[in-house]
Amino acid sequence: MFGTTIILAFRAIRRHMLRSFLTILGIVIGVAAVVTMVTLGNGATAAVQEQISSLGSNILQVRPGQGFGRGGGGPQPPDFKPEDVDAIRNQVAGVTAVAPMAQSTGTAVREGANWSTTINGTTSDYFIAQQWPMAAGRTFSSAEEQAGKAVCILGNTVRTNLFRQEDPIGQRFRIKDITCTVIGVLQTRGQGGFGNDQDDVVLMPIKTVQRRFAGTRDIRVIMVAVDPAYETGSVQESLSALLRERRGIIGGKEDDFNIFDTKQIADTLSGTTQILTALLGAVAAVSLLVGGIGIMNIMLVSVTERTREIGIRLAIGAVAREVMMQFLVEAVALACLGGVIGIVIALAASLALAPVLRVPFSFDVQINLLAFVFSAAIGVIFGYFPARRAASLNPIDALRHE
Amino acid sequence: MTADAPIIQLRNVTKTFGSGPAAFQALKGVDLDIAAGDFVAVMGPSGSGKSTTMNILGCLDVPTSGAFLFKGVHVERLDRDQRALLRRKYFGFVFQGFNLLPRTSALENVELPLLYRGEEKHKRREVAMQALDKVGLKDWWDHTPGELSGGQQQRVAIARAIVTQPDVLLADEPTGNLDTARSLEIMELLSEFNATGITVLMVTHEPDMAAYARTVVHFRDGLVERVDQHHHQGQAVGS
Repeated sequence: MFGTTIILAFRAIRRHMLRSFLTILGIVIGVAAVVTMVTLGNGATAAVQEQISSLGSNILQVRPGQGFGRGGGGPQPPDFKPEDVDAIRNQVAGVTAVAPMAQSTGTAVREGANWSTTINGTTSDYFIAQQWPMAAGRTFSSAEEQAGKAVCILGNTVRTNLFRQEDPIGQRFRIKDITCTVIGVLQTRGQGGFGNDQDDVVLMPIKTVQRRFAGTRDIRVIMVAVDPAYETGSVQESLSALLRERRGIIGGKEDDFNIFDTKQIADTLSGTTQILTALLGAVAAVSLLVGGIGIMNIMLVSVTERTREIGIRLAIGAVAREVMMQFLVEAVALACLGGVIGIVIALAASLALAPVLRVPFSFDVQINLLAFVFSAAIGVIFGYFPARRAASLNPIDALRHE
Repeated sequence: MTADAPIIQLRNVTKTFGSGPAAFQALKGVDLDIAAGDFVAVMGPSGSGKSTTMNILGCLDVPTSGAFLFKGVHVERLDRDQRALLRRKYFGFVFQGFNLLPRTSALENVELPLLYRGEEKHKRREVAMQALDKVGLKDWWDHTPGELSGGQQQRVAIARAIVTQPDVLLADEPTGNLDTARSLEIMELLSEFNATGITVLMVTHEPDMAAYARTVVHFRDGLVERVDQHHHQGQAVGS
């Protein structure tokens, strides 16, 4: 009997091609929207996580002030001193590299080419902490670090803009007021977690930046790489205790510095994208509901329009359940068809949009399955009422219906 | 039930539509016996109760009071679905307006009752094609009702009605929408199927068509006015 109903339902769908198409349009769009949103959203989450892990895992960033940037009112807390860096390196257990950072910006000039970029003063520990290997050349020697020599290491973006195809190692160019010699080139890293170009950078020994550009010994940021064998939390605690002591913060006074765990950024950001994905998915789910109501609407019209047909079937000897099943199966078949078409469109759309939005395409079986089951459920829910109505028709009245 | 007991028996059947002061009594106590294999024409003016009687005989409706026995079974005691199953098994219907499924091929239309009987595909095709052959439309099996003339549509409808080899064929003004030549073709077909043993019950307004029947039942004001027996044609068939 069930086989019969399916045959009948598909015959009816085939007979009314245009109407069937219009009926499922809502479901198609709804499913396509949900699946596309969630697929792209998951891709974005994965991308963010990957980019943040590319920042280097298990890195603590120590800055003066509280939270991001420097605190609002009141006297500004002092920057760190080189002695703080040494103290961290010598007194905190579980630290593999401690890289002080002093930042400046300036224009690099060479043979008519010029390029505005970020200048980061640091030490060779930076490359260990960041797990950022060299593409060519070498990192700073300790002699260069001690003397504050005018040597620099280029990010790939700066290299391309200043040197084109030439080999930059050993070449010289002007940056701000000094001439510096290129000793190395970093490997390409691409976009950072915040959409910034990580390769648009010139690295110099920190002393060089402090003396030539800043004129102070201040250190704005200290990057601390934690030994994977140690727990980040405990390292963070002893680091905090040391800095409180060195900065003379006693008792219940709040820290005038903050220690930021890159893992935290990762969690926060991927949490944000997940919430966004859920929100977009929810909005799309509403359109799926609207699609379901569309099915009910058209099925009701269809029942009225096919009253005579129902009368014929009843006269021929269809029992109420069979008529009901026919319309229900018809609604479910339409909804499922809509679901499948929607999923196909969603996959095509995701594949097309992923490179445009620069997120990886990740096929999520779960969401596709869920969308399909959901559209089938919509077929059942919104097909039930019209189907029941069809089944309850009186055969004599139905046959007379014009 | 004995072999020559009437296949259909109506006993003091009444039917009232509506209730209270607006109630209308369509049947006022109909008694009627129809023998198996008979060809019955039901005649009478509009509102005489003949359509109501046909609906009850076709198990589409139930009497308000009285008894309707089909093969000895009290149909008035059956529920909706049981009557549907009775129709499926023993009845074929032909309507004035043909009532074929639109945009559906002649073959699929004829197959429909077989589908509800759960026949498998191969057998369905075969039996439906045979039925179409019997009404002379074998070559038109893949045409939809829209592509067929009125006479052809009614022949498809007859094929659909007889495809299950029913005991009773109910025809409600089967020639009402057709010209004389087509009408005669239809009557010839009905006579042919009657000759194979199918009891035919037909409502008609036209005496020319009623002349094909062996028994003519006249209705008036909700009652059977008189029953005429013709023997001009039935003699060839027997009894």
